[in-house]
Amino acid sequence: MKTDLRKRFGRNSYRRAAAWLEQAVEGLFTFSGWISIVIVLLITVFLFKEGFGLFQAPTVEKGYVLCVNPSNKVERLDGAQIKRIFDYEITSWNEVGGDELEIRPFRFEEIFDYYSDEELGADYELLPEKLAEVIGGDESVVAFVPEQYLPQDRAGIKVVDTGHITPGDFFGGREWLPTSTPAARFGALPLILGTLWVSFFAILIALPLGMGVAIYMSELAGERMRKVLKPAIELLAGIPSVVYGFFGLVVIVPLVQRAFNLPVGETAFAGCLILAIMALPTIITVAEDAMRNTPRAMREASLSLGATQWQTIYRVVIPYASSGISAAIVLGIGRAVGETMAVLMVTGNAAVMPTSLFEPIRTIPATIAAELGEAPAGGAHYQSLFLLGCILFLITLVISVSAELISKKQRQVV
Amino acid sequence: MIEAKNVNFYYGDFHALKNINMKMERNTVTAFIGPSGCGKSTFLRLFNRMNDLIEGTRLTGECLVDGQNIYDKSVSVVELRKQVGMVFQKPNPFPKSIFENVAYGLRVNGMKNRKEMEEIVERSLRQAALWDEVKDKLKKSAFDLSGGQQQRLCIARALAVSPSVLLMDEPASALDPISTSKIEDLIYSLKKDYTIVIVTHNMQQASRVSDNTGFFMLGELVEFSETKKMFLNPEKEQTQNYITGRFG
Repeated sequence: MKTDLRKRFGRNSYRRAAAWLEQAVEGLFTFSGWISIVIVLLITVFLFKEGFGLFQAPTVEKGYVLCVNPSNKVERLDGAQIKRIFDYEITSWNEVGGDELEIRPFRFEEIFDYYSDEELGADYELLPEKLAEVIGGDESVVAFVPEQYLPQDRAGIKVVDTGHITPGDFFGGREWLPTSTPAARFGALPLILGTLWVSFFAILIALPLGMGVAIYMSELAGERMRKVLKPAIELLAGIPSVVYGFFGLVVIVPLVQRAFNLPVGETAFAGCLILAIMALPTIITVAEDAMRNTPRAMREASLSLGATQWQTIYRVVIPYASSGISAAIVLGIGRAVGETMAVLMVTGNAAVMPTSLFEPIRTIPATIAAELGEAPAGGAHYQSLFLLGCILFLITLVISVSAELISKKQRQVV
Repeated sequence: MIEAKNVNFYYGDFHALKNINMKMERNTVTAFIGPSGCGKSTFLRLFNRMNDLIEGTRLTGECLVDGQNIYDKSVSVVELRKQVGMVFQKPNPFPKSIFENVAYGLRVNGMKNRKEMEEIVERSLRQAALWDEVKDKLKKSAFDLSGGQQQRLCIARALAVSPSVLLMDEPASALDPISTSKIEDLIYSLKKDYTIVIVTHNMQQASRVSDNTGFFMLGELVEFSETKKMFLNPEKEQTQNYITGRFG
């Protein structure tokens, strides 16, 4: 059939060239479509692969081990215990299941306080021996040493089982101390909650304002006013977030500090304000479009029954536009959750569990942006940042899918 | 009862209604006919001030309902619209239940008493000849009804507010012949309680339902007289031509 058509219509060489060109363009479009799908998939796979590598990482820094005196009953220590021992918060072995004995944390570098360079040998070949001496000679010691300097057959020392980083450590951990030694702490809870906390309050601020402006624009403003206002608000969405961050740092932060008489202005609240401003254009334009889409017949029907304009707005227009308004909210949240730069600049970046709006806080995107440069590639810190990226990806995925579902529902209503 | 005195109406620069004078008596049905764009709908919408919603419009002259100029500053638009109900060209029920559609006008007017509300909803649906068809599914969405039923629902919705005047803007133009005849029967039966003004493209419809007919063309009221007289023996040639289908 196809060849028949070619015979009948393909004689003209111009037409043949055009057909060839069409096919080439078609192929190009198909190709670029597939390429983008593959790239998106690859990025996602890469993100998850790198992120989930974290759960293979040892609790203690790679290449190092924790050793104790062989007489010590303690067999295993977890990350939190190690951190608190080396911070001198846990000071007795019986707090971690051992004898009533003081703990003496020993870091590898301290070996040089005990022995001179000669005693350790020219190439530190005697170092393992000396280490065994220190550890074997002190029941209270816990030593953080490189695996390569352990004595042969680990004679005279006992290596403590420190295990791997678990999902529980990551998702349930309340400490984010990715550079602490001997055991870095990757508790993402403060960051996850920080992100949700700031976004939630940002939306709480942006929603009434945004709805107010959207109602004004779609229902109350005159045509001329709307023609000025709408592009202006859409322009707001185009301002780079660094500029918002800068504005926040220079204007909002001092303002917050003075208004609430705080020691520092870089707080969750400053982040909320800047995020609210940034989410406003999205909320306004989407909600306004939804309300403008309310058929004129609905408004006229309501008004013709003696309803006031305000009654018409809240009894007919807002219910009619409700799915569009929900979509606006969800998109606004999406914008707030994923925002990096402005938040990084104004929230103070303290990775603590959020308890108040007037304390510094840290979000997931800000953490990734701030720390990825310092994290050695392939290390646990690096992997933990990717895992944070996965979480962020999942949060925004949920948000955009729900926005999609909501607007689909709206299309069905109309 | 309803009166227009020297009414001129402008959409921006466009002179849409030209010096119209008309009087409509209580408990009569008046039909407006004329080609598309002749101003008959615009004229109808003057009487519940629906044209106020359109920007850049201007009115001179007087529109009187019960002797009161409804464009007077002292007149409340909301009160006027309770008095002058409207049924639109396309059925436009709210995306609510059947009951809530009819109760809407009562709710916005502050009625709280559920029992009274139910009574009025039933009475209005009966008046609109819809009660028997929907009495078992009042909680169902109004969109589940057919087009003709939706239009009668819209009439019931307008009646629930107890207006004295009912404006109908081509109420049957989007309906099938059976639904149309039901609406026409309805108009006939509502005449004893309401003053009805109906815009229609259908001249048979005008002749069937109305007592008086106004013929509009290019913003002017060409002829206004008793329907019988208009259709049997029109005064003006333009009217004659339009009615016999020579143009329009």
